[in-house]
Amino acid sequence: MSIALKLDALSKTFVVGKQLFGPPKGRVHAVHPVTLEVPEGETLGIVGESGCGKSTLARMLVGLLEPSGGSIEIAGKPLDNADPAVFGKRIQYVFQDPISSLNPRKTVRQIMEVPLKRLHGMDKAQRDRRISEIFAQVNLREEFLDRYPHEFSGGQAQRIGIARALAAEAKILILDEPVSALDVSVQAQVLNLLAELKQRLGLTYLFISHDLAVVEAVSDRVAVLYFGSVVEIGRAEDVFANPRHPYTKLLADSAPVVGRPLTAPEGRETELPDPLNPPKGCAFRARCPYAGERCGEEVPRLEGETQLAACFHPLR
Amino acid sequence: MSFLSLLARNRLALAGLIVMALVVLLALVTPILPLADPDVTNTGNRFLKPFSEGALLGTDHLGRDLLSRLLWGTRLSLAVGFAAAVIAAVLGAAVGIIAGYYGGRVDNLIMRGVDMLMAFPYILLALAIVAALGPGLLNALIAVAAVNIPFFARNIRGITVGIAHKEFVDAAKLAGMGDARIIVSEVLPNVVPVIVIAMSTTVGWMILETAGLSFLGLGSQPPQADLGSMLGEARSALITNPHTSVVPGVMILIIVMAINLLGDGVRDALDPRLRSGALTRPMAATMVQRKGPVPDPQGDNVLDLRGLETQFHVKDRIYRAVGGVSWGVKPGECLGIIGESGSGKSVTALSVMGLVASPPGVITGGAVFYKGEDLVGAPYERLRSLRGREVAYIFQDPLATLHPLYKVGDQLVEAIRVHHHVSDKEARAKALGLLKDVRIPNAESRLENYPHEMSGGMRQRVGIAMALANDPEVIIADEPTTALDVTVQAQILSLLDTLRREKGLAIVFITHDFGVVAQLCDRVAVMYAGRIVEEGPTQIVLDAPAHPYTRRLIACVPELGEGKRALHAIPGLPPAVNDLPPGCAFAPRCDKATEACRQGEIALDAFGARKLRCLFPETELEAAQ
Ligand SMILES: Nc1ncnc2c1ncn2[C@@H]1O[C@H](COP(=O)(O)OP(=O)(O)OP(=O)(O)O)[C@@H](O)[C@H]1O
Ligand code: SF4
Ligand code: SF4
Ligand SMILES: [Mg+2]
Repeated sequence: MSIALKLDALSKTFVVGKQLFGPPKGRVHAVHPVTLEVPEGETLGIVGESGCGKSTLARMLVGLLEPSGGSIEIAGKPLDNADPAVFGKRIQYVFQDPISSLNPRKTVRQIMEVPLKRLHGMDKAQRDRRISEIFAQVNLREEFLDRYPHEFSGGQAQRIGIARALAAEAKILILDEPVSALDVSVQAQVLNLLAELKQRLGLTYLFISHDLAVVEAVSDRVAVLYFGSVVEIGRAEDVFANPRHPYTKLLADSAPVVGRPLTAPEGRETELPDPLNPPKGCAFRARCPYAGERCGEEVPRLEGETQLAACFHPLR
Repeated sequence: MSFLSLLARNRLALAGLIVMALVVLLALVTPILPLADPDVTNTGNRFLKPFSEGALLGTDHLGRDLLSRLLWGTRLSLAVGFAAAVIAAVLGAAVGIIAGYYGGRVDNLIMRGVDMLMAFPYILLALAIVAALGPGLLNALIAVAAVNIPFFARNIRGITVGIAHKEFVDAAKLAGMGDARIIVSEVLPNVVPVIVIAMSTTVGWMILETAGLSFLGLGSQPPQADLGSMLGEARSALITNPHTSVVPGVMILIIVMAINLLGDGVRDALDPRLRSGALTRPMAATMVQRKGPVPDPQGDNVLDLRGLETQFHVKDRIYRAVGGVSWGVKPGECLGIIGESGSGKSVTALSVMGLVASPPGVITGGAVFYKGEDLVGAPYERLRSLRGREVAYIFQDPLATLHPLYKVGDQLVEAIRVHHHVSDKEARAKALGLLKDVRIPNAESRLENYPHEMSGGMRQRVGIAMALANDPEVIIADEPTTALDVTVQAQILSLLDTLRREKGLAIVFITHDFGVVAQLCDRVAVMYAGRIVEEGPTQIVLDAPAHPYTRRLIACVPELGEGKRALHAIPGLPPAVNDLPPGCAFAPRCDKATEACRQGEIALDAFGARKLRCLFPETELEAAQ
């Protein structure tokens, strides 16, 4: 199987408290160097808690943010200039909030036409044909085309967002919390639609979410992000069922599951690391029940066969 | 509602509109009116009084016809004022949009420049510009436009920053649009209403400022008349022949007042909040119009709802948001309420303490008993003394409980001291403990934070701490952990669980997460289209759901540990509650629906410990007792 997407030491550092003169107040390493390969046709799930760098990573992948270091390769070809229009044809993005990702003052048709016109230079007749085709694929009625975004429910609006991403004909879709804003019954409709489109069009997905159960249900492999680094990556059925990294285990134990008694796996005094003043060694140390001496000195690297973990004392 | 009908609702704005329309009409037809030449002097007839023959408004110090000069002057003043407004708006908006869209250094440089311009006293700056360019109407226009550019730039920049960070702008970039195209086709259409508002509220002042410059002799030059120069020339005869000043003065007054009234009206009419009726003053507690008999309290529930009905009356439509809901909680008990958005969970919760906004909300039936006392229709004072102290809420949106302008520590202390007489120090210590309970890191320093300095998840935790501040008897929590991370959520759920076990707190927990319900709640009620369709002990309902909706809702939620799988979606959407189908509301989406389901009311029948509203249950249920 060929590699659809390859990240090599991709990282992002934000400079905060920029001043007109003088040095900035600090730096936030939102994404530490991440190296990843996503084979064609795979769904790679990315989970992590708020602020762990999920969106930052996703936005770099589509060119909305310039990386501070590292490189991105799509199907073997490097993407080296941060121009969303160049990225657009090869990798697309589906937004979390379906309504706010659609311009309130444009009709759905105007929204759909932009990528066809700008990325593929189609004429009017070609565009109309293509829009009908895509709308059929995402189960939307063509009469919606002349309406405005606020007239749609969340689920319909998200379908329109997906339709727009499909119009660019990119083979890779970054799905950033695509169903978090939707009701559960509609969430299932959209997830099933995504699965069907992937099958039919041979797409590759990066599925970002904070909902472990959803990620597990849709992904082939899952990467767990903590404090800007991948701390564990492996097959979806293994990662939460048999975690190797203590943080993954904490996540899995915290998720509410029918039939499991309510427990708080962590004491109430545990502190999260401060991004402006990151701890030395393993970022999870202050919360980790297994921490040893080495954890405070060195940063652990991702290691393992099929299920990799960045930990000196992995659970398996 | 259309823009014009909204505008017309505001009487003063309507008056302003009519007056302005008349003035503009007069100015437009001035050239074809049979007027004397405004500039021909006739010193023999100087200072004729108004209503003299041949000079309706009299003449000025050079014997020129005042009516003619007034109309021509108004025409000129309006034209210059509008031109200045348009120029200032276009240039200011352009500067603002560029600064706001590009941000960073561009923004910094532009806005520092704008700040510098704004630091000068307004009229001084205008005078300086005219002094540099030399007197003349055109230069006055340039000066007035120039001093108003910063105002527009500032306003429009603020709006643009908000829009430039919207996701649809990112989407446009990914669709291949360049910056220039995005500014024109994505940003601009969303800023135009703001530009129009800013213009309509400032054009009056610009007319006044131009008149001011002309009055000082820096604007229109003799013999050309505008309202300012007419006033200026009349100055020396103010005492002897006041009519020469009064005539242009009154016209300026009329124009500026009319424009400002109209401008305020335009601003209000374009404000989207007004459109939804949100600015109409809400009542202190939800309006009550109970028609049927009031039910009696039952059992030993601390909070007990009996047949509660809450509706929204919007124009001629009636939304039956809550269509007869009954439930209760005992001390130490936790009731889960589950259902999709729009099923009436939140409105039910808000109705308890009369927190549904009225208008449009109306409680039309049923009762809410708190320790046996009916709260529906209770006096506002009574409700207020119970809110927070006896029954506390945790909202999904923490900003609903936090005031943006006070530190969170002070707000917590305030909340504690409203109902309890303790020293500031004790209250502060308690506030600190509360923040630690809800797992806020560095709690001491967080007491000094303002709400906007915290992340959404952090604010939500403060909202939970506020609800716990007065050790209430009942907590109604409306999706309190939906926005939180799983590790924090686990912490908060176990905190709530401890409180109910140790202190006998009764909890009503609204959620759409079956995992949370299973772990925290003793009983669960499933709502669909404003009604409970199934209720019972959590374990039994989740293990063997009896209502087709419950079963299918459970099936479409993935659960951790089940691996990759297809989900069983429910096709279609819940019905709109202003247009409910007869019979079972779920029938259009139910694969077991028959004709019988679509006819007449289906009752919520009791089967042992559980209740069900369905003709064809999914499981065998014991017969009603
Ligand atoms: N423009 C910025 N300037 C400074 N810091 C930033 C900026 N954008 C993000 N960060 C920081 O980068 C880190 C990662 O943020 P990111 O938005 O990627 O998190 P996330 O996992 O997507 O969170 P959520 O689930 O809440 O969306 C956070 O510490 C955040 O505060
Ligand atoms: S490296 Fe050490 S501190 Fe970090 S997760 Fe592993 S055991 Fe815990
Ligand atoms: S009453 Fe009929 S339509 Fe309604 S849920 Fe039961 S079987 Fe389905
Ligand atoms: Mg995010």
